[in-house]
Amino acid sequence: MHRFANPARFLRMANAVLPYAAAAAAALLAAGLWFALIASPPDYQQKDSVRIMYIHVPSAWMGMVCYAAMALFSAMALVWKHPLADLLARATAPVGAAFTFICLVTGALWGKPMWGTWWAWDARLTSMLILFFLYLGHMALANAFDDPARGHKAAAILALVGAVNLPVIKFSVDWWNTLHQPASVAKMGGPSIDPSMLVPLLLMAAGFKAYWLMVLILRARAEIAAAKVHTIRMAQVHAAGQGE
Amino acid sequence: MTRKRQRLYFLLLGMSALGIAVTLVLMALKQDVIYFYSPSQLTEFKVPANKRIRIGGLVEVGSVAKEGAITRFRVVDKQSGIDVAFTGLLPDLFREGQGVVAEGKLGADGGFAAAEVLAKHDENYKPKEVADALKKSGEWQREEGPAR
Repeated sequence: MHRFANPARFLRMANAVLPYAAAAAAALLAAGLWFALIASPPDYQQKDSVRIMYIHVPSAWMGMVCYAAMALFSAMALVWKHPLADLLARATAPVGAAFTFICLVTGALWGKPMWGTWWAWDARLTSMLILFFLYLGHMALANAFDDPARGHKAAAILALVGAVNLPVIKFSVDWWNTLHQPASVAKMGGPSIDPSMLVPLLLMAAGFKAYWLMVLILRARAEIAAAKVHTIRMAQVHAAGQGE
Repeated sequence: MTRKRQRLYFLLLGMSALGIAVTLVLMALKQDVIYFYSPSQLTEFKVPANKRIRIGGLVEVGSVAKEGAITRFRVVDKQSGIDVAFTGLLPDLFREGQGVVAEGKLGADGGFAAAEVLAKHDENYKPKEVADALKKSGEWQREEGPAR
C-alpha cells in the first residue's frame, strides 16, 4: 500500500486506469438505464414508481461507500502522514456529498407517492441527512484554515468521527421502528428482489462505482497539478526575494 | 514503538471509545429514536393518552370499515392490536394486510384517533406475474409484522 503513496507512481497508474473507468462507467450506466427504465417489469404493488429505486439505492450505497473510503483515506493520512491519502479523502468528499443529495431528493420523490409524505424523521432518513451534513462539514473544515495542513487534519478527524454514522445508517431499519422498509439486497437469506429487478439495480450500482473511480482520478490529478503549481510559485517568490 | 504505531493504536482506541459511547447513547434514547410504537410497545412503554404519537403495524385483514368520511381499521403486530379511526385521504398503498404508520392520539377508550396515515411498503420487489404465480401456488407470504 505504501508503494502507492508516491504521487508519480500513483499518477502513472491512475492515467492507465482512467480510460477503462470512463468506458466502464458509460457502458454500465447505459445498460443499467436501459434495463431500469425499459426492460424491467413494474413492481406488483408500487407499479412504475419502483424505477426510482434504480437511482435511489445506488446513490445511497455511493454515499456510504464514498464516506467509508474517505474515512479510510483519512485514517491513512493521520497515521502514516501520506499526503496522497489526504488528497484522495478530500477528492472523494464532494462526490459522496452529491450522491447523498441525490439519494435524499429521489427518496423524497419516491416517498410522496408510496408512503404519502416527502419526509419523515425516522432513523434511516435522519441518519442519511446527518451523512450529508458530515460531508458538508468535512468540505468546509478542510478549507477553513489559513494553513491548509491544519484544515486537512481537522477534516480527517471529522471524517473518522463521522464514520460511526455508517453502521447506524445500515442497521437503523433493523434496530428501530422506521417508516423506511428493511434492507432488500444486503441481508440474511439473500436478496428479496426479483432477479429481473436486481440486475438493473446492480448494473447501476457498478456504473456509479466506475463513475466515482473516474471522477476521483480526475480530481486527484487536478489537485496534484495544483500542488505542483503552488510549489513552483513558492520557489519563484523565494528566488525573487533572494535576487534583490 | 514507532510514532506511526503509536498513532495507529491511538486512533483505534479513540474509534472504539467513540463507538461504545454512541452505542450507549442510542440504546438510552431508544424510545425517542423509534419512529412509531407498535401496538405491543404502547403497553411496554406505558404511553400516556392525549400525547401526540405515531403507531404502526399491519392493517388487520377484514377490519377496514368506512362510515361516511371516517375509516375505521385495526392495526396489529404479532402480539397485540389497536383500533384506529381516521378522517381523510388514505395513501394509495393503504389496504388490508399492508403496513401503515398513523399519527394521532390515544383516546380514553383505548382506541387511536389518527390525524394522518402513511403507508409502509415491505422490502420485497417482484413483477406482478411473479406475485400472482406465488399467490396461486400458495407460496405467498404476507409481509411479516413491523419491526419489533
